[in-house]
Amino acid sequence: MIPAAFDYELAGNIDEAISLLGQSGEAKLIAGGHSLLPLMRLRFAQPDLLVDIGRIDDLSYVRDAGDSIAVGAMTRHADVAADPLLGADCGILAETAAQIGDPQVRHRGTLGGSIAHADPASDLPTVLLALDAEFDVRGPAGDRTIAAGDFFTGFLESALEPTDVLTEVRVPKLDGPATYAKYNRRAQDWATVAVAAVQRNGGTALALTNMAATPVRALGVEQALADGADAATAAARVGEGTNPPSDTNGSAEYRAHLATVLTRRALEQLSA
Amino acid sequence: MSVVEEGRTYIGASVPRKEDATLLTGQGRFVENLTAPGMMHLAVVRSPFAHAEITEVDLSQVRAAKGVVAAYSGAELADEWAGPLPCAWPVTEDIKIPDHFPLASDRARYVGDGVAVVLAESRAAAKDAAELASISYEPLESVTDVALAARPGAPLVHESLDTNESYTWAMSAGEVDTVFGEADVVVKERYRQQRLVPNAIEPRGVLVEPVASTGELTLTSSTQVPHILRTTLSGVLGMPEAKLRVIAPDVGGGFGSKLDVYAEEALCLALARKLGRPVKWVEERSEAFLATIHGRDVLQEIELAATSEGKITGVRARLTASMGAYLQLATPGIPLLGAWLYGGCYEMEAYDFSCTGVFTNTTPTDAYRGAGRPESNYAIERTVDALAREVGKDPVDVRRLNFIKEFPATIVSGLEIDSGDFEGALDRGLELLDYEDFRREQAARRASGDPKQLGVGFSTYVEMCGLAPSRILGALRYGAGGWEAATVRILPTGTVQIMSGATPHGQSHATTFSQIVADELGVDVDSVEYFSGDTAVVPQGMDTYGSRSLAVGGIALHQAAGKIVDKARLIAAHQLEVSPDDFEYEGGRFTVKGTDRSMTVTETAFHAWTAHNLPDGMEPGLEGASVYDPPNFSWPGGCHIAVAEVDTETGDARVIRYIAVDDVGNVINPAVVAGQVHGGITQGVAQALYEEAVYDSEGNLVNGSLTGYLVPSAAEVPSYEVDHVVAASPTNPLGVKGVGETGTIASTPAVVNAVVDALAHLGVTEIEMPTSPERVWRAIEEAKR
Amino acid sequence: MKRIGLSVNGSPHELEVEPRELLVYVLRERLGMTGTHVGCDTSSCGACTVLVDGESVKSCTMLGVQAEGRSITTIEGLASNGELHPVQQAFHEQHGLQCGFCTPGFVLATVSLLEENSSPTEDQIREGLEGNLCRCTGYHNIVRAVQAAAGKELPA
Repeated sequence: MIPAAFDYELAGNIDEAISLLGQSGEAKLIAGGHSLLPLMRLRFAQPDLLVDIGRIDDLSYVRDAGDSIAVGAMTRHADVAADPLLGADCGILAETAAQIGDPQVRHRGTLGGSIAHADPASDLPTVLLALDAEFDVRGPAGDRTIAAGDFFTGFLESALEPTDVLTEVRVPKLDGPATYAKYNRRAQDWATVAVAAVQRNGGTALALTNMAATPVRALGVEQALADGADAATAAARVGEGTNPPSDTNGSAEYRAHLATVLTRRALEQLSA
Repeated sequence: MSVVEEGRTYIGASVPRKEDATLLTGQGRFVENLTAPGMMHLAVVRSPFAHAEITEVDLSQVRAAKGVVAAYSGAELADEWAGPLPCAWPVTEDIKIPDHFPLASDRARYVGDGVAVVLAESRAAAKDAAELASISYEPLESVTDVALAARPGAPLVHESLDTNESYTWAMSAGEVDTVFGEADVVVKERYRQQRLVPNAIEPRGVLVEPVASTGELTLTSSTQVPHILRTTLSGVLGMPEAKLRVIAPDVGGGFGSKLDVYAEEALCLALARKLGRPVKWVEERSEAFLATIHGRDVLQEIELAATSEGKITGVRARLTASMGAYLQLATPGIPLLGAWLYGGCYEMEAYDFSCTGVFTNTTPTDAYRGAGRPESNYAIERTVDALAREVGKDPVDVRRLNFIKEFPATIVSGLEIDSGDFEGALDRGLELLDYEDFRREQAARRASGDPKQLGVGFSTYVEMCGLAPSRILGALRYGAGGWEAATVRILPTGTVQIMSGATPHGQSHATTFSQIVADELGVDVDSVEYFSGDTAVVPQGMDTYGSRSLAVGGIALHQAAGKIVDKARLIAAHQLEVSPDDFEYEGGRFTVKGTDRSMTVTETAFHAWTAHNLPDGMEPGLEGASVYDPPNFSWPGGCHIAVAEVDTETGDARVIRYIAVDDVGNVINPAVVAGQVHGGITQGVAQALYEEAVYDSEGNLVNGSLTGYLVPSAAEVPSYEVDHVVAASPTNPLGVKGVGETGTIASTPAVVNAVVDALAHLGVTEIEMPTSPERVWRAIEEAKR
Repeated sequence: MKRIGLSVNGSPHELEVEPRELLVYVLRERLGMTGTHVGCDTSSCGACTVLVDGESVKSCTMLGVQAEGRSITTIEGLASNGELHPVQQAFHEQHGLQCGFCTPGFVLATVSLLEENSSPTEDQIREGLEGNLCRCTGYHNIVRAVQAAAGKELPA
């Protein structure tokens, strides 16, 4: 319950954060702290320097960006969940944010923190993957944009370099239905399995939570749908390209089954 | 619901709790909130291996670390102990009780076994330094599964015992073989009572303050049992019992897990004594998962013999119970608390029970809410449903056919149930449920092919609590009595002090006991102050567990108050110059019959304490003391009904409706009783659907945190419908029975029966607990084959 | 050590803290506000819930240094002039607490919940308290207390 000792610096802006991160190979960014502090408290993570970007207020916003909506990386889950613009034009993101953890977590946890932590059991990365979201990242060499599909590279690993700061997330405005079907045993738990399904550009995109080392697209299902399969037939292909974990909430075999059920239901909901 | 009877003001009324004011405003005195000048912080270094030889303990880096005062290995503290940690319940003559010292010195026998300690000036320093301990282990083969541990050739938890079997305890009544041989039907079921982690929301904590010059030690512990601690720990420490004061301050829940004598209590005492400074230890949650006792972990085989009509004739039950790595205070006796109850609330002729206690490389087991009786009630209530299936009858009808109906009833296992109304409770439950309507709705769901199906489950139960008649405890080889002590004192100004050895940790003792005494003495409930949980203030007691506080402790207080009334009558008679027989007594007032001359009990207190004018030979003071030893257990019973909705595709099972009709005898405070029932039900639902401690093949507890071990939140359970039937206990003057464990004992089989019933049309008859989504899904798949 | 300034229950405090000191320990050990309890080490139980700028937060999952400039409300600051806060009063009247250890967290989580939704349904209350664990009450009377505090008619 007591983290190992570390230094702490408050970053006033993004460039300062990047420069502070460069001071130590073991430095970590902290915003809401809801991914990092639990690991530090149990001493599973022992960074020697925390760079706090939680006070950079100009990273907390939701803005209309034409065809897309831009969300600042430091926007809290509670603010994502309650945002009227997201509610109207990208409801799945708001609805999913409302399902993360519990109210206390949502009052502190941030969109960017959740993405950067890259936990395959996390809800938002899956939804952003299905949405083909774009992530703006600033590093020592300047700004770049990473597609969600290129971002999640491994278990708790992403395309972020140790000195990068995720600054903005852009999601498309949706004109079709979208849903996030999450199963967990207790309301506060991580998803045993969840499925994001988004109808967009005449097709359906799906992504899965906790079915592999990263959030993954259900490409087999997408292909089947493109070929005209019905929901049940398409859902049967959800296991393709997955490698679900086994733990006390379910074996890999059960997760594969659950993913099929949730995918079928999500697809049925989209067409309802 | 109970109502206030004529002549009483408080008994039967939902008096708002006296306990709440401090707890609601953040003024609770929990151990973690307490400090002492010069206090050191203790951290325990624990074994990461389930079974290992400890080959070297090197604490040099620990001792050199900043803020560290001292550090010790198990071997270095060996001389501190006059004896091992106690097991107070050697259930058989030949039980094997391995020595259990506060730190392991040669072998670690479970993940979490303490092997060294660190004392530092701050908690952070202690924790930082503990990570520097260099301990060499030679890992040994381990076994955590009780079935595997019981097999010949299994790795031995204690090599010197040459077996993992601690004991086998058996009892038999009636012509068992004949009854089973002649039975029309025999149903045989196997159940696994998974291992549970109690998880009181306050982890344990200990603070010891020494007085070096006199050798006195004050132990403040988050415990249910300060009196048991004083007696046993003085033995462990080799110190006079009178020099050890034990305080249980506000205690944040226990559920049996704080009914124990723990290594950390002994360690803090020994180290405070050794170094002459206060020592504090507060458990972290992840540590609690390893270092605080677990519950259940019992395999059950149960057989019912019956007629083709479903009339039960006999029961056989065979238990294999995991003890864990050591025997804690009551470990071996816990499964036996259900030994008499495998026949449930049903009449039968033959009874056969045996239990084998087996060591495993796991955290020791001990009492967890209900302790032995949730297990027995689960087995019989699940098996009665199996019998109903076997004979093609409604489970309600089979229960009704077999109920014990006449009281007092000597049950087949030999004990006497003093009172009960099982049929009345069932009838009321069915009425609240509207059983026929439910079955119609269930049929409609089935017909519609909805993936979400409905099921109903019944649990009609009886339990023995109010622990316990001392003579029976003696016969069972339990190491202590089952009485409770009480003192009631009216101060000169008329306010009342009451003391009880029953020590609360959430059960509302202060309110409930005050109600009893206020009615007996005819005083305002707010003028009664309750003292407990400090052996210097309440020197004698048997503490709180086994739903005993009201049925034993409450009666002791009632009797103590009665003694005051008796003395006050003599004082009043003397003052008013009448004969004591001339009085009518009501509401705390002695009135001379046929006159308006009167004196209240509290008015006599002033005369009693000034002692200017007392009857000749009367001692001054107005104080009554009583030690009450119950002549029988108390016997709550009733009917619990769960309605479950099961998603046949995901396997998700939820309780959507829950009805509890309990007979807990007379009710002192209906709100408090309902609260106990609600909490008990939720713990039982948790066992049915959510909770299970899981060990991996290396002996690691893989879900040792509240993220992996699923204690349900408000979002997982419904509101409950709670009602009562009252068959007042004739055993005690208040007619009370106790309510602390009823919900947990009754609810688990009701829920699992409901889940199974929801899937009955698919051919499912059994799902192991907890009925996780995966287990439900697999049961459905299995039934399809 | 870092110097921080924060307001707790309306009183300003300036103190030096180690970066690793969690807010809950700053409150309990530096400021002596022991009403905020520690029940777990995984952000699961909610016993340490306080209000940060009016919103519920698990004070075990926030560093003291992160509280710089914030306004914290703990259970000690809820009653005013000897009058219990309506949520505290409702917990008392509905027997929404037993051992009382989780209670400060539940009360503050409820204050925050009702701030965001003044008239929640039973399901919204249960979901809204998903981040707090109680082992004693089975939640039944906690839910009733929240309903009472929200001015709802209580089910029988």
